[in-house]
Amino acid sequence: MREFILWFDEYHESDKPRVGGKCASLGELIAAELPVPPGFAVTVEAYDTLRDDGDLRFKVRRALAEIDLDDPDSLERTSRYVRKLIESVEMDHGVVAAIRESYQRLCETCGIGDVPVAVRSSATAEDLPDASFAGQQDTFLWVRGADAVVRAVQKCWSSLFTARAISYRHETGHDHEVISMAVAVQKMVHPKAAGVAFTLNPTDGDRSQIAIDSSWGFGEAVVSGEVTPDNFLVDKVLFEITKRTISPKAIEYVLNGSGIVEKAEVPADRRLAPSLDDHEIVAVAKMAKRAERHYGRPQDIEWAIDRDLPQGSDVVLLQSRPETVWSRKPPRRVARPGQGLLDGIVSTLLSPVHTRDRSATTEGSDM
Amino acid sequence: MAERRFPSPFEVEGPAGAEGWEELYTYSLPFSEDRRSYEESVFWFQDGIHWPDPLTPWDATWYEYAIASLSQYNTRHYLIPPALGIDYRVLYGYAYLTPVPVTDPAEIEARVPQFMERAGFYFMNWNDLYDRWVAKIKDLIAEMEAITFEPLPEKEEMEVITEGRGMGSGLKIQEDYRNLLNLALKLWQYHFEFLNLGYAAYLDFFGFCKEAFPNIPDLAIAKMVAGVEVDLFRPDEELKKLAEKAVELGVEDAFDAPSAAEVFARLEGTPWMDAWNEAKYPWFNFSTGGGFYHQDKIWIDHPEIPLGYIKNYIAKIKAGEDIHRPLEELRAERDRVVAEYEALLETDEDREAFQQKLGLARTVFPYVENHNFYVEHWSHSVVFRKMRELGNVFVKEGFLESVDDVFYIKRDEINEALWDMYSAWAVGTSPRGTEYWPREIARRKRILDACKQWSAPPALGEPPEVVTEPFTIMLWGITSDSINMWLGAGDGDGGGDLNGFAASPGVAEGPARVILSPDQIGELQPGEILVAPITAPSWAPVFGKISAAVTDIGGMMSHAAIVCREYGLPAVTGTAFATTTIRNGTRIRVDGSTGTVTILD
Repeated sequence: MREFILWFDEYHESDKPRVGGKCASLGELIAAELPVPPGFAVTVEAYDTLRDDGDLRFKVRRALAEIDLDDPDSLERTSRYVRKLIESVEMDHGVVAAIRESYQRLCETCGIGDVPVAVRSSATAEDLPDASFAGQQDTFLWVRGADAVVRAVQKCWSSLFTARAISYRHETGHDHEVISMAVAVQKMVHPKAAGVAFTLNPTDGDRSQIAIDSSWGFGEAVVSGEVTPDNFLVDKVLFEITKRTISPKAIEYVLNGSGIVEKAEVPADRRLAPSLDDHEIVAVAKMAKRAERHYGRPQDIEWAIDRDLPQGSDVVLLQSRPETVWSRKPPRRVARPGQGLLDGIVSTLLSPVHTRDRSATTEGSDM
Repeated sequence: MAERRFPSPFEVEGPAGAEGWEELYTYSLPFSEDRRSYEESVFWFQDGIHWPDPLTPWDATWYEYAIASLSQYNTRHYLIPPALGIDYRVLYGYAYLTPVPVTDPAEIEARVPQFMERAGFYFMNWNDLYDRWVAKIKDLIAEMEAITFEPLPEKEEMEVITEGRGMGSGLKIQEDYRNLLNLALKLWQYHFEFLNLGYAAYLDFFGFCKEAFPNIPDLAIAKMVAGVEVDLFRPDEELKKLAEKAVELGVEDAFDAPSAAEVFARLEGTPWMDAWNEAKYPWFNFSTGGGFYHQDKIWIDHPEIPLGYIKNYIAKIKAGEDIHRPLEELRAERDRVVAEYEALLETDEDREAFQQKLGLARTVFPYVENHNFYVEHWSHSVVFRKMRELGNVFVKEGFLESVDDVFYIKRDEINEALWDMYSAWAVGTSPRGTEYWPREIARRKRILDACKQWSAPPALGEPPEVVTEPFTIMLWGITSDSINMWLGAGDGDGGGDLNGFAASPGVAEGPARVILSPDQIGELQPGEILVAPITAPSWAPVFGKISAAVTDIGGMMSHAAIVCREYGLPAVTGTAFATTTIRNGTRIRVDGSTGTVTILD
């Protein structure tokens, strides 16, 4: 039996050709204990069922053969035609059943009916010009309900035939008929709180700390700078919260009744309340530390606390990028060249600047 | 804060009824007009870590011996470049200290090479010298144990005549007392042979870590250095072993007996008694306090205390709890913490320096951790027992009404009292002491009772701009922050929060139990938060019961902080005002990671 579905948390390296780059990277993050929102891949085997439809194959082949590549209008027209063909064909019943069943299971995991998901194409190597191009075109957000998910998967499939993709394959000599694609179906995050985290202290470059900025609702409020977020500093080794600053948080981005994210005022009773409790602070910090370890360098991550996921596994990673400011500076040096142990003790006694008092630290550090 | 200062020792209002308190101490100990301009010109902080209560005249001996010995090593032995000793005074019975800096840069400079030579020798030969130290201290204790005080005989033994000794018991008792005092001073000389150097090495590693990782929690540094098996925890370990032994032998019912004597009677002849006798010396020479006060109970003299703890441990074993410290886990955790911080350093040079400094800190630390048991607990217990033997002699001669009244006599006055006793014995008449001392001691008790009612200010005089004196910070936890906190305490804008040292991580909420003396620790109920002026290492067995600890006094490396971390309790130390702000039963939240105590009710 062909396997149309692979859950992200069941991913193994050998599955990469079946699930495409996007799903593979989500699977790898989960394997590295970096909790991305839950979901599943609709594998290339599902796409391949399209080839079982002789009529569809015939029509697509003929349409592609007739393209005048020098005429942009012809390319566009053909693309629209082929995509419509793919989107209107009746999907293989086995695939439909598998998608519905998996979506149902995802709803149950999240404890909400018709859980909103993001549906994205997950290209296998070389089929599409570049990932970012693909990503922009083929992402469907806030998809709710099994029927809508099936339709969105079909739309992703059809995106293999955008004008640019067709011309790219012509130029590079790829066969339109052997290409394939997988689709990622992933729970939309519905954040109680969200923000960013650095795996060092951005104010002094202290590599032993994780700095967390956090505010209510979607992370946009923090990323755009529209609120002064709560700020937490967590020791990377002991996971002690070494500093906490709670700020008044006036606005938040929330989901309205029609499934649209909009800006709202934070009710008075939550403005000065910490947007993360201690367990959540430590959970975010632990995740940031794992991201740093996974990527082998300081990271700048986006995260959220998903209100739909069970407590204890509700922290999700949205993005992880290399930290760029401190990572580009020359390494911090503490040891003084040529200074022996006793010299060190003498200077410590003469200027015990690093004991408790920060102001003394800066004043005396030149001695 | 430019105008803000602490009261002058000469202007501060004392407690009513304490008139004449100065006479309870050596003439050089109280603040006095003779040195007023100096004494008013410096900053004094109250040492509540070691001396939270008013000192009785004899107990002031430890205070003077300890601080003078500490000072002597800084000033005369190692020539710590920027620091002479710690000057010390008493005000209404309370201990006040001020660090004495070397202010002339040229003199500091001149002390550096001498310090390096002298301290260098100790650092180079640390383990060898430390082994010798342990032997020395044990010899010293044996010498003190050998001293006995007995009433003067009706007549000298015949041997005194036949051996032609030519001297009598009256001389001997005076000699023995002087000898005991000399040994007590020698004990404190030994105490500081290593301590300041040990702290200096620790501070150096501490400073390195803070520079490499400006936000590293203090306790992470302590964790990397602290030993896993420490003599200070040994008494508690022995209790656990005895509890296991009782369960193993099936004699646990004996611990239900109403008194210690009854428990022992029931266990007489069992192997458990052998185990007890083996453990109790030296390990139960363990004070319920810091070891500096005669009134603190010592386990070996009050077996109901360790027996009570053993009974608790038996209950835990019966309930299926593992009472052992997870040594392997503790070691593994220490290795993990070290390895992770080391990996975060960015250059090979830094990793090498980190290892070197950590290595030295770990070499010196066993002394820092263990000396407390040998000196303050074991040796002090012996001295207090000997003093009680002497007190008993005075009681029999009618000088004192009860044995512990001996601690209301100044150490040098005891020579005079012994003279009076000897002289009357020699002459064959009545001493003056039988009239003089009961009256005088009653007066002294009234004075000290008045002093106890006094709320001693945390500091006196002009606050320093910045605290830089290394030992003040390390040993007493006095920082610019704590001084500002004391100065701000009167402003009433605290908002229900107390701040102190983040001494042991974790967060707990619960009802507070304010414990002002070791005798009250039995009042603690499971789940309560201990609020005390200080805690002592010997309180360890109650830590399984409580959910957090808050103290008025103490820094990161105070004994209290070390023990709290060991027992995994959230703790905030050095809050200054916890026992005066928090009432019994008040719900509080203790955040041992940030050093905050929040009053919830």
